[in-house]
Amino acid sequence: MVQLTLPKNSRITRGKVWPKPEGATNLRVFKIYRWNPDDGKTPQVDTYFVDLDTCGPMVLDALIKIKSEIDPTLTFRRSCREGICGSCAMNVDGINTLACIYGMDEVKGDVKIYPLPHMSVVKDLIPDLTHFYAQHASIMPWLETKTNRPAKEWLQSIDDRKKLDGLYECVMCACCSTSCPSYWWNGDRYLGPAALLHAYRWIVDSRDEATGERLDQLEDPFKLYRCHTIMNCTKTCPKGLNPAKSIASIKEMMVERSV
Amino acid sequence: MPFLTDRKRANGMGSAKTGTAQFWGMTISSVALLVLVPGFIFTVGPMIGENHETVTDYFSRPFPALVALLTFIVGLVHFKNGVTVLIEDYVQGLACKIWIIVMTCVSYAAIATAIFAIARIAL
Repeated sequence: MVQLTLPKNSRITRGKVWPKPEGATNLRVFKIYRWNPDDGKTPQVDTYFVDLDTCGPMVLDALIKIKSEIDPTLTFRRSCREGICGSCAMNVDGINTLACIYGMDEVKGDVKIYPLPHMSVVKDLIPDLTHFYAQHASIMPWLETKTNRPAKEWLQSIDDRKKLDGLYECVMCACCSTSCPSYWWNGDRYLGPAALLHAYRWIVDSRDEATGERLDQLEDPFKLYRCHTIMNCTKTCPKGLNPAKSIASIKEMMVERSV
Repeated sequence: MPFLTDRKRANGMGSAKTGTAQFWGMTISSVALLVLVPGFIFTVGPMIGENHETVTDYFSRPFPALVALLTFIVGLVHFKNGVTVLIEDYVQGLACKIWIIVMTCVSYAAIATAIFAIARIAL
């Protein structure tokens, strides 16, 4: 259901302004969303000053520096630092992206960091992705076959393998799904761009023998057809993928098999 | 709050096994309107500012009357399907069903009115 205003306990207030590091001349202001489920307070935006002369170029570098040197209570996910694990997905300067591959020089003015939009927050910059992962699992993200397993391996032509390019690279960071208004309003029933991109990845895989069952599963006004080609998913994908095109291809296949 | 597994929540009640027909229907009516709307503008346009008798004479000819009629019917069917999706997007539960029924009735009433009005002028 559409919510045009935030619930009372989600309204953001001005938070703490942390002291500037001593002797630093090249400072950058970071305004970061903070919320702790244990203190009973509403969310707040804390202000931090980061010395760019002693910090790496990426937004994640600054977050790690803040956590290490200024405020150890700041909570966020991170792991690989090179855009492979998808852990550090967050909203930086109004764009859902991976903090590890988003340069601070891409942001004008203060760097504003919020958790991924319209998701329940676990703490600070950590969204609850439980439902998102369950939706991914529901599309059966694995090879389904009925033919007896070959002695060596399932063969695939070079051309068929190429069909998976632009699909297999998805790291499930949730940037696309959480940028989609349809997913905001109907995320309980609409699978969202990420799960649908993965669904298409298996539908189009020449080795998979469950194409019909996969399409049957998606034949639903909400699971698939809540996509209205808004294209936020494609615009925001930090890996440069095109989930909207995958969804359009699924719709095309649906029409192809019924008309 | 019921104790449901994450997977059960994600699966919900499964696939409704429908949706493509409506999607394809919207595509067809969109393409039809792409032809009909310019046709409607070009046939009705010259009549703007003309007196009542000239307009009724004009719409008693089959081509302008049929273009106008088809534009209204296809346009309102497209509207009905579009507004249904819109309501499903933004409203939930019983209110969703009530709004869909109301807007479907409004659309069919508008179609009936358009047919009656054009038939009355044309015949």
